[in-house]
Amino acid sequence: MTHMQKKSLWIPRIFALTALSSTVLLAGCVQNQPPIYQWEGYQSQVYSYFKGDSKEAQITALEEGLQKIQAKNGAVPPGYHAQLGMLYMETGKGDQMAREFEAEKASFPESAQYMDFLLKNAKNGGTQ
Amino acid sequence: MMRRVLMMVITAACAALLLAGCVAPVKDLDYTAFKASRPRSILVLPPLNESPDVKATYGILSQVTLPLAESGYYVLPVALVDETFRQNGLTQAADIQQLPPEKLREIFGADTALYIDVSKYGTQYILLQSQTLVSVSAKLIDLKTGNTLWTGAASAMDQNNSSGGGLLGMLISAIVKQIVDTATDHAYGIAGTADAMLLAAGHHNSILYGPRSPKYQSD
Repeated sequence: MTHMQKKSLWIPRIFALTALSSTVLLAGCVQNQPPIYQWEGYQSQVYSYFKGDSKEAQITALEEGLQKIQAKNGAVPPGYHAQLGMLYMETGKGDQMAREFEAEKASFPESAQYMDFLLKNAKNGGTQ
Repeated sequence: MMRRVLMMVITAACAALLLAGCVAPVKDLDYTAFKASRPRSILVLPPLNESPDVKATYGILSQVTLPLAESGYYVLPVALVDETFRQNGLTQAADIQQLPPEKLREIFGADTALYIDVSKYGTQYILLQSQTLVSVSAKLIDLKTGNTLWTGAASAMDQNNSSGGGLLGMLISAIVKQIVDTATDHAYGIAGTADAMLLAAGHHNSILYGPRSPKYQSD
């Protein structure tokens, strides 16, 4: 307890790791199988978005995560490309946005209707 | 004498029956509608928040994707979905959760929607300890039929019983922990555990495995 002040900087990271590992452990206990997806920082970046953190920093983190997934030939989780696409859209990078929404659609045909809705709206000048 | 022994036996039997009644297992969920529906995708709506902590909605919402996707479902991008609601003037979870299922299906193309309610979220200071508690419940609705496919609830808790340092030491450490936990968003970690307990497939009364899991239709 007396070391709390000194350690305070580390606490968020430790909690994030604990949360992730406990989730993975729980999932592991009941499923007894390797994870389907390579998650990287997807969920913590979604939380950063909700908290209103810097969008440039979120883009950098998600781009780096994507490189790590590709380097290991892992599976990109549902929503990852779409999240990155939204950040590109909100920072005025329309071409990159479209590419990410198309990538989400290609990986997950279940997303097609929603991705088409977003792409159509973007083309018509709407934001979303 | 015999009668007294008999009475005792009957009393014991009654007590045993009563006790057995108390610990009766949780009722099994009826999965008939779930199995008939075979959903592939889940639209997670922004959760209702009954707790006093404004961070609860997003703490829970940001961590639902992992357990649901690892259970075999496509989970629509939660932040983007939230943003679409905002662009259409819907900022309150209560209003969003009232939208007609047909409308949700038309825009998002999802098979199902998950309605979450956060009843507890945060660190409380109780006597000589502080505890961080997150309680959530949810129901999965078929967007084609409006049928309820599944309901569930979970609580995750982290408790700090500090010992040593005497009564005042315990008191101070509990208070310090509460301040630190609040400042560093400790509940976020507990929320991830609560989400995993609530939404991972493969245990009693859990959601069923979805089509992207190797265990699909094994349950």
